[in-house]
Amino acid sequence: MRAQDILYRDELPGGKHWSMVLRRGLALRLIDKDGGANVGMLFYNPTNPLERYNAPDTLKCQHCFKLTRGNCLYSDMGRIFCSIIEDSVGWHDTVCGSSTKASIAARWGLRDYQSARNDWTQNGHDSFLVEAAKYGLGRRDLAANVNWFSKVTVDGNGKLAFDPTNSRPGGKVTLRFEMDTLVLLHTCPHPLDPAADYPRRPVIYELFKADPVTGDDLCRNFRPENARGFENNRLYHLCSTGSEG
Amino acid sequence: MIRESSLALADAVYRKTIAAGGYWMEHVKAGQTLRIIDLEGNQAADTLFYSAADPSERYSAENTIREQGNIYLTVGSRLLSQDGNLMLEITADTVGRHDTLGGACATESNTVRYALEKKTMHACRDSWLLAVAENDHYGLGKRDIAHNINFFMNVPVTPDGGLTFEDGLSAPGKYVEMRAAMDIIVLISNCPQLNNPCNAFNPTPIEVVVWDETQSS
Repeated sequence: MRAQDILYRDELPGGKHWSMVLRRGLALRLIDKDGGANVGMLFYNPTNPLERYNAPDTLKCQHCFKLTRGNCLYSDMGRIFCSIIEDSVGWHDTVCGSSTKASIAARWGLRDYQSARNDWTQNGHDSFLVEAAKYGLGRRDLAANVNWFSKVTVDGNGKLAFDPTNSRPGGKVTLRFEMDTLVLLHTCPHPLDPAADYPRRPVIYELFKADPVTGDDLCRNFRPENARGFENNRLYHLCSTGSEG
Repeated sequence: MIRESSLALADAVYRKTIAAGGYWMEHVKAGQTLRIIDLEGNQAADTLFYSAADPSERYSAENTIREQGNIYLTVGSRLLSQDGNLMLEITADTVGRHDTLGGACATESNTVRYALEKKTMHACRDSWLLAVAENDHYGLGKRDIAHNINFFMNVPVTPDGGLTFEDGLSAPGKYVEMRAAMDIIVLISNCPQLNNPCNAFNPTPIEVVVWDETQSS
């Protein structure tokens, strides 16, 4: 990727939230600037937000517990919001949910806005609520989210373990959007992060135009299920735009 | 963990058999105990819980897994809402392990998992959507159909991050029992899936049983 191909580049400080609607064919690259970042993310169809990211479908369709390069992120309607076309990290969590005001307070103590100004300790759940509300969505619309850059393993007895060494400075993951998608995101700590202090890890994000999906595409061919997911997207775009392009 | 119940079926205040492909949507009061029986074995009971006082509060698989530090549900598992409140606690279990990662089958996900031609086959999410439509006094809709529990299903995770669907640990007559910590609306789809070897391609009936608090304590 040449630098001039980057259409937009920005940095989100740690502990913040944002949202955007991304058109089909755009790619979003997330870069963990200092290492140890977490990016919570949810996905909705902007024309029918009742269609939303479904973590269980995403996992069982691809027989995976972690997300990495080659995986597709599925809606509850059998379609693919985006594909992971690049990943230098290797493991991203989509099972452990979000930090909350209570969990942040219990681990690190609350720093409220009155005393800390914008260094207050925001949490993932409330961040999603704020961003969701901008599109008429509320608490009933939240679902299990992705936690980019965060790794949680499971042992033979089902026990969870958070790996604080998962993401190094400069770690990156890139999503290619396969349909128009409303993206809600935050940079608040992973709910299992054991850091001594509230971690405030900045994340750079870049937008660029993705190369067209070809027949030998890694994500489409990653599993036979994904080929069928892409076929569902093709039918969706045929019906909603009158063309396959 | 295997723990048998001390409750006797003769003392139950409610018993109902749910056919495969059907749903059950009923109240369970705080203090009551709910048992789900896998009558013929290796069935999946796809289950959602809502607070009866405020149905926008619902079971959260993420919070439940994270707060207990384990992906499997069994005796001692505290089933939490998205607000972190205790909804129910599993008090007896003759199976030993239940899934809350795998979600529920849907006509759309069946097209991805199995074949595009499967899109008209009956699925759990259709049962739930019919249930909330036929019980519209609760004010629930598709947005409330969140990530569920699959009682009796066995979905192990591998150390390298794979997800596998193993034969069930369940068998005819095995059951799981839970005590409600708040007034609950229970919504169960008795899974109609015909494409998954985990039920031997043969969905079968389950039974739900409820005891009052006096029997439960």
